[in-house]
Amino acid sequence: MSTTDGLLIVLFLALFLAPAPLLGRFFYRVLEGERTWLTPVLRPLERVSYRLGGIDSRQEQRWQQYALALLMFNLVGLLALFLMLLLQAYLPLNPQQLPGLEWTLALNTAISFVTNTNWQAYSGEGTLSYFSQMVGLGVQNFVSAATGIAVLVALSRGLSRRSAEALGNFWVDLTRATLYILLPLSLVLAVLLIWQGVPQTFSAYIDAQTVQGGTQALPLGPAASQIAIKQLGTNGGGFFGANSAHPFENPTALSNLLEMVSLLLIPAALVFTFGHYVKDLRQSRAILACMLGLLLIGIGVSLWAEWQNNPALASLAVEQGASLEGKESRFGITASVLWSVATTAASNGSVNAMHDSLSPLSGLVALFNMMLGEVVFGGVGAGLYGMLLNVLIAVFLAGLMVGRTPEYLGKKLEAREVRLLVVTLLVMPLGVLVLGALAVSVPGPALAISNPGPHGFSQLLYAYTSATANNGSAFGGFGANMPFHNLMQGLAMLLGRYGYILPVLAIAGSLAAKRTVPQGPNSFPTHGPLFVTLLTLTILLVGGLTFLPTLALGPMADQLTLFGGH
Amino acid sequence: MFAHVRPALAMMLVMSLITGVAYPLVVAGIGQAAFASQANGSLIHDSTGQVIGSTLIAQPFTGSEWFHPRPSAGDFATVSSSASNLAASNPALVKRISGSLGKEQGSGPEPLALVMTSGSGLDPHLPPDAARYQIAQIAHARGMPAAELEKLVDEHTERSLIGPSVVNVLQLNLALNEHTP
Repeated sequence: MSTTDGLLIVLFLALFLAPAPLLGRFFYRVLEGERTWLTPVLRPLERVSYRLGGIDSRQEQRWQQYALALLMFNLVGLLALFLMLLLQAYLPLNPQQLPGLEWTLALNTAISFVTNTNWQAYSGEGTLSYFSQMVGLGVQNFVSAATGIAVLVALSRGLSRRSAEALGNFWVDLTRATLYILLPLSLVLAVLLIWQGVPQTFSAYIDAQTVQGGTQALPLGPAASQIAIKQLGTNGGGFFGANSAHPFENPTALSNLLEMVSLLLIPAALVFTFGHYVKDLRQSRAILACMLGLLLIGIGVSLWAEWQNNPALASLAVEQGASLEGKESRFGITASVLWSVATTAASNGSVNAMHDSLSPLSGLVALFNMMLGEVVFGGVGAGLYGMLLNVLIAVFLAGLMVGRTPEYLGKKLEAREVRLLVVTLLVMPLGVLVLGALAVSVPGPALAISNPGPHGFSQLLYAYTSATANNGSAFGGFGANMPFHNLMQGLAMLLGRYGYILPVLAIAGSLAAKRTVPQGPNSFPTHGPLFVTLLTLTILLVGGLTFLPTLALGPMADQLTLFGGH
Repeated sequence: MFAHVRPALAMMLVMSLITGVAYPLVVAGIGQAAFASQANGSLIHDSTGQVIGSTLIAQPFTGSEWFHPRPSAGDFATVSSSASNLAASNPALVKRISGSLGKEQGSGPEPLALVMTSGSGLDPHLPPDAARYQIAQIAHARGMPAAELEKLVDEHTERSLIGPSVVNVLQLNLALNEHTP
């Protein structure tokens, strides 16, 4: 580690944390339809959207209506994307004349982008036309992130409204999140990325005559616009197969810093947006402290692990240092580690180094981040509503300990809410343990594994964890593009998305209907160090203990054999 | 349920037009106007106008008169490029590395960047140490003084406040070619 590494870490943290309070307040204002400097430009677009959809923007929805609207919108998006990928050959902007996708791959990809997972069982430059990238995947990058924001906003309203029936209007929340939050930020980032060297062109691939007389096809395309939203919307699906390790996708150390900051920018700001909804920014600071604590622990462990020499290479006549396998020279060790922790904390899933080749413990940190249910900042919107579920669980546990009815922000948690909370606790174990166990038990699926020993098990575990947590990163050697995994991972992604969204909206609806009890001297305060500690321990216990045995079989065994055997 | 069909279809259409068509077109417009070279792939042309590569994409170089880039798991294929995805604990990694030792003639232990494949398979850069390690063999093959090569590597070292120093191998080789064709 050098001073460059230190400066990078400080800048990374500062650049996504410092704007969060202001940005969070801005998000609150635009989501509630207040006038901002963007209103004159975007309000006409917003009006046109409502008029075409026959939407009355003042008409609010109960949670069931809100959920139905969301499901219908996602279903339409899923079908549209699925058909677009199947019929790619007949659609425009396909200069490489790429054929349509095989149906299980098309379905997997469609589910993957609609659920904000962006798992990629294909390689963009070899599989997808510019049309499929822009109008197919690019659009879902925006609206899947906006869907996450909408659900968060509905839950925030549920917590802040008193004896109310409605949670807002899904179409309005979706439109405002897309137009006022995602679109302007993406536009700025996309231009910065082009400046750094990311292509944005509609020309066909170019054949270069190399210096030594060979030919080299240079894949191009409208990459910058897509990469900007894939980072900001915690999507993670790369324009190119190598994702942000590809020099066209992430050309410099500066582009890398910008992309890395963008991973966490919106999730961090939304924590403050929530504070404005419930009119108590102390709640935001407590939640942020918990998230930041878990992020820093992950970064610390992963940095330490990745800077170790690989003992298997000790006897060879090579430089003894941190591994560069699967890493890019312009990023080096520290930026690769920071990215791997941030992308798994944030449910983004883009990579700038190959996670399969990380040291076993760094791989474990990435896996563990996802196993916690993507609540350490997490996906846009999704991370915070996941975190708020943990807050409710922590409050419930605290209530049990002191023998009082648990309450959060003056809302009493009763049997219905707790039952719904338990449903969400089952999502990760179902997707990871049940579907993962199925994949190792029947003959066939395990053929996707490419590394021997415990690491091979880690590859499969990582794949199902990534899908269920809607992350999308992979231990890339895992040959995921086979019908079994395409379909099972598709199932895991749907489970991991709607297995949270529906209970969250139901909880939001039932909380909104409750009266708010005034906070008394006997109320358990949900800010301050005591609660932050309780919340952190709850997340680690609930999320962590469930998966400890699988971590022991995979990355821990991998670490022990690698370091113990030499 | 059916009450939501029309808004869902209409919103999908509107969002597709705004975020899927207008947005990439606007970005392309700004990019082509402000940063045309980068937006078109940072292409390098020879004197006849033929594209000979991109500064951002590694090219394979063989022979001891050239600087060699990071090894590529996909043998520098660009559509699509690939990584080894070998685990640190995979014996195949040790075997591959020990098999590749000695390809570069330098003194001292071989830098990891020259035996470990990059993430993209198209890493255009080398750490400066890994470029210097190759100087002796190039000096010998080209019959040029090592000091001049040192100077060339120095001139092509890109230093960053927030990342490792790197040398662009294609640009370095093009400069080398101009120096002693």
